[in-house]
Amino acid sequence: MGVDTIVQTFTNALVLGSIYAMVAVGLAIAFGVMQMANFAHGELFMAGSYVVFTLYTLVGIPFLIAVILAFPIVAAIGMVFERLIFRPTRGNVLAGFMATAGAGFILQVLVGQQWGVGLMRSIQTPYPGSTEILGAAISYQRLLIFPATVVMVSGLWYFLTRVKHGKALRACAQDPEAAVLQGISLNKMTSLAMLLSGGFAGVGGALMAPIIPVTPYMGHTFAVTAFIIVIVGGMASIEGAVIAAFILGFIHTIVTTMYDSVTATMVGVFFMALVLIVKPTGLMGRVKV
Amino acid sequence: MLKFNLSNHLLVGSLVVIVFFVVAPNLVSAYRLELLTIFLINVILAQSYRLMATTGDWTLCHYILMGVGAYATGVLAKMAGLPFYVVMPMACVVTAFVSLLFAIPLSRTLGFAFFIASFALGEFVRHVWLKFHYPFGGARGINGIPKLEIGQGGEWYFIDFWDSQNFYYFTLIFTILALMILFRIDRSRLGNAWKSIYSDRELSESIGIDVAKSRIMVFCVSGFLAGLAGSLLAYQIGSIDPHNFEMVEMVYLIIWCVVGGVKTFWGPLIGVLSMSVVFELTRPLAEWRPALFGLILILFLVLLPGGLETLPARIRAMLNKTSKQREAG
Repeated sequence: MGVDTIVQTFTNALVLGSIYAMVAVGLAIAFGVMQMANFAHGELFMAGSYVVFTLYTLVGIPFLIAVILAFPIVAAIGMVFERLIFRPTRGNVLAGFMATAGAGFILQVLVGQQWGVGLMRSIQTPYPGSTEILGAAISYQRLLIFPATVVMVSGLWYFLTRVKHGKALRACAQDPEAAVLQGISLNKMTSLAMLLSGGFAGVGGALMAPIIPVTPYMGHTFAVTAFIIVIVGGMASIEGAVIAAFILGFIHTIVTTMYDSVTATMVGVFFMALVLIVKPTGLMGRVKV
Repeated sequence: MLKFNLSNHLLVGSLVVIVFFVVAPNLVSAYRLELLTIFLINVILAQSYRLMATTGDWTLCHYILMGVGAYATGVLAKMAGLPFYVVMPMACVVTAFVSLLFAIPLSRTLGFAFFIASFALGEFVRHVWLKFHYPFGGARGINGIPKLEIGQGGEWYFIDFWDSQNFYYFTLIFTILALMILFRIDRSRLGNAWKSIYSDRELSESIGIDVAKSRIMVFCVSGFLAGLAGSLLAYQIGSIDPHNFEMVEMVYLIIWCVVGGVKTFWGPLIGVLSMSVVFELTRPLAEWRPALFGLILILFLVLLPGGLETLPARIRAMLNKTSKQREAG
């Protein structure tokens, strides 16, 4: 294996890990506050891709603005989920989880009816060309994802540790009853958590839109991986999700390079089963889910 | 005089249903007959899933277990060329064994983690089918599974199950058998012990029920019957591939159990029946169907969490309330 292959694999893993982190962090935030497990997280990711498809390819708005707009649009869908599904089923994790499976079906059908089911939507990359690092070619489009993730995740970190509402959110995740006693509105916090969760999934999907085929069913694989990641990381832990995302990103890329993607998925799933058996709380988890 | 108590109700009711299913092939078209056969297979599947749910463990891999039964049938019947009376029991045993392998790590987890981990293990198995072309046929799956038959052509006891009516009766016999077994389990000491795990895990542990062992046992029994359903399905459709056992199918199974409810034996039956009817009625709107079923799932989970089986009790409670209000007013 030459240096270029190693660098190529490393950067690919970094990019994949970044996108996993972006998707999985959203799941972890939602689960941390009142245990909202969103089955349709992959569909929110898909919605983000379609926002870029509509705004950038059809309307002609600049790519970066379309990506930024994906945040509020998909966050709104997330908040609708919270209001209509998670709030009525609060206290029953499985019910919320199953109900969002239904919501995922609805989103898939709506998108399929609007933009076509079978037709794969290819989105032209706004940044053609690639750079060469030590003989490995990496396209600009892929290279954009890593800094974008760094900005998003550090923004989230700032919000959660320095901003009042973010602190309230963390308080809610730690002890909802105590948080309510401090005058924090639980409903506002679950809504905020789903806003962030949807927004992150939306931006993730938006950034990936020019790289992967955009179909109404594209979210499924990402959701599966994201769930594996949050379980490995410890359901409600955002740090755990980020760490696990990069671990899984590296495992997936290395196994795909050496064997094939089916084997990579098998190894990922097996890794998760192993973590669950050895440490049911996940890598960084405090509570057993 | 015949005393009309509950067990008589039950006996008469199930006899009526069985008679209906026995005469049904003469009343419906060949296409509808296939649907009825699939319906019966789904009944076995939903009931075996309900058995799992009695301990409070909802899984996301039941469809995969059905697939294990179907794949075992495909491999044994097509590649090994074994007759059905060897294949079907073996398929069930293989599925029960795979269930055991699943259950041992899964019994360490609870609730939501159990749910997700079962999904991951299921995906692992599905990827095994995708990856290994021999013997599972990769993404194309196994085609041309030989239809089952009893005896050779020309012999007096020869029954050819190519005939969909014959296969229908074959399935019906197994469905009735499976339901009888499950009904007995439901009413037995063992079944009650399993239900107690759902009601209060710690309490049932303190009175001497081995919770971990029970959960593994339920998983295996449930897997055994899922394997039966899978075996019948493989013989019915004749070809299987990994796409038959995707997540979507699992969500439909969950919809049946959520709509019907899982507390009583009848819940999943009501669920499968009502949802199959809805499924058939919405055939003209095929592309909108997932959205409709998604909506049904949400509405039931949010508005009627116990499923249709709790509806009579709810209506009774509502009527009592209004009559009391009338008395008061």
